[in-house]
Amino acid sequence: MLNKGLFKKPKNELEAQHRTKRKTDPAIPSELCRSCPSCKQLSFSSDLENNFHVCPKCGHHFRINARQRLNMIVDPDSFVEQHHDLCSTNRLEFPGYDEKLEQATLFSHENEGVIIGTAKIGDHQVALFVMEATFMMGSMGQVVGEKITLIFEYALKHGLPVIGYTVSGGARMQEGMLALMQMAKTSGAVKRHSDAGLFYLAVLTDPTTGGVTASFAMEGDIILAEPEALIAFAGPRVIEQTIRQRLPKGFQRAEFLLEKGFVDAIVPRSIQKETIKQLLTLHQIPQGGDQNGSL
Amino acid sequence: MEAYKRVALARKKNRPTGQDFIDNLFTDFIEVHGDRSFGDDPAMITGLGMLIDMPVTIIAQERGKNTKTRIKRNFGSSHPEGYRKALRQMKLAEKFNRPIVCLIDTSGAFCGIGAEERGQGQAIAKNLMEMMSLKVPILSVVIGEGGSGGALALGVADEVWMLENAIYSVISPEGCASILWKDASKTKEAARCLKLTAQDLLELEVIDKIISENHRDFKNVYRELKIGLYKGFQKNQALDTDQLTQNRYQRFRKYGAIESLTE
Ligand SMILES: [Zn+2]
Repeated sequence: MLNKGLFKKPKNELEAQHRTKRKTDPAIPSELCRSCPSCKQLSFSSDLENNFHVCPKCGHHFRINARQRLNMIVDPDSFVEQHHDLCSTNRLEFPGYDEKLEQATLFSHENEGVIIGTAKIGDHQVALFVMEATFMMGSMGQVVGEKITLIFEYALKHGLPVIGYTVSGGARMQEGMLALMQMAKTSGAVKRHSDAGLFYLAVLTDPTTGGVTASFAMEGDIILAEPEALIAFAGPRVIEQTIRQRLPKGFQRAEFLLEKGFVDAIVPRSIQKETIKQLLTLHQIPQGGDQNGSL
Repeated sequence: MEAYKRVALARKKNRPTGQDFIDNLFTDFIEVHGDRSFGDDPAMITGLGMLIDMPVTIIAQERGKNTKTRIKRNFGSSHPEGYRKALRQMKLAEKFNRPIVCLIDTSGAFCGIGAEERGQGQAIAKNLMEMMSLKVPILSVVIGEGGSGGALALGVADEVWMLENAIYSVISPEGCASILWKDASKTKEAARCLKLTAQDLLELEVIDKIISENHRDFKNVYRELKIGLYKGFQKNQALDTDQLTQNRYQRFRKYGAIESLTE
């Protein structure tokens, strides 16, 4: 039996540090079990991994990183990444931004907040972008905007559909107006791709907010969402501060957006690949061709 | 001048609002209302008017001039229906081949329950996408405060100009200070770091021109704008529509393009 107190929320930083130390006790490896933020029940990490990182008890979708998502939806070994090397610079010399970028790179093991490339899904050739929450909360600066734009331009040139997974805290304020301009830039790239009759499927995951919601996240021909994902223009805290009122339960969650008519369907992770395959077939996206995702 | 002083000037209560610019720039103005699906947003004025001898479509954000009208105008913060109303007029402008003037003055798109329920993000996103390929010239002028996405939703234009004391920012300096530094007293520093003044943004090529405000005499501002808009439209009307939309795409494509990142 595990010590019950071990999984209580730490009251302060000191206590949190103490906990972390206890967790390194080899008898109880911290990776073995995870507590569900929704139903608080414990699950074995291995069980979670085999279940798309979804709580087997209540269906809560744990946050996962971009590469884990890629593995869940693309055909094995078919992903060919593009522009992996693009890194952000602190052009406005915003205080503290260089350090933040450095930390984000270490923390996320990625160069920026989005991965782009081509792959096959059910043998259908597609272009993809998958945003990375652990890199500064997937905020959109110039590199994120550039990579999203590049993948839409590439897809336009090669007649490919785009499948895009969003997760973002919004525009990256350390890049000032140059970050805001990415909303217009990416929207322009989506528009050109759309005007050529090509298919764009957006999958919104927790959380998708701010400038990403107000640009390419809401511009999909079809927009899917993960269960309970927060999808908002203004985040709940900002709204509560503006209107000085508590928000109703479930406000701005995927189910709420479905009810209000802003997403097409809520698709749990376990059937996402199947659903995407089905949509690609229905959009008559050709199958076969090259061995891997490259053209 | 210190950046925060510009912020204060841009928000100054007696600063001319959208309606003043309409009255002074155009003749035969006729206001038209409604988004045809939910309602009419008083924070967004749309209409038709004559710019010298050229019929144009006018989209202007309006903050209101006194307590009563400020409340009516929701302090210039639009709901989704405001952006949809603007887009409806822009589409009509395209149909009848009229150039479009956008006058930007908002602290931001409204953050509230109704705004979220009716798709604030989707409304803004749609404007960004559609404005990019409108086949008529668009000129946008930030006349006061250009607050984030709610301002950009009228800012996808062939050229973007700013008044000398206007500001244009990804986030308010107050919001930046409280989110990044959890310290409201750092608002002035945030204003400086965000590079939100007309001069900063001209250097970053976010805007194309500054309209000077000599001695706060707006008569000169109106005169310069009137002639400037007229000439700007003449120049852009000479282009074929493919070239026009291609130029507009490239105008926004340049921000953070690979060459500048690897410099
Ligand atoms: Zn659970």
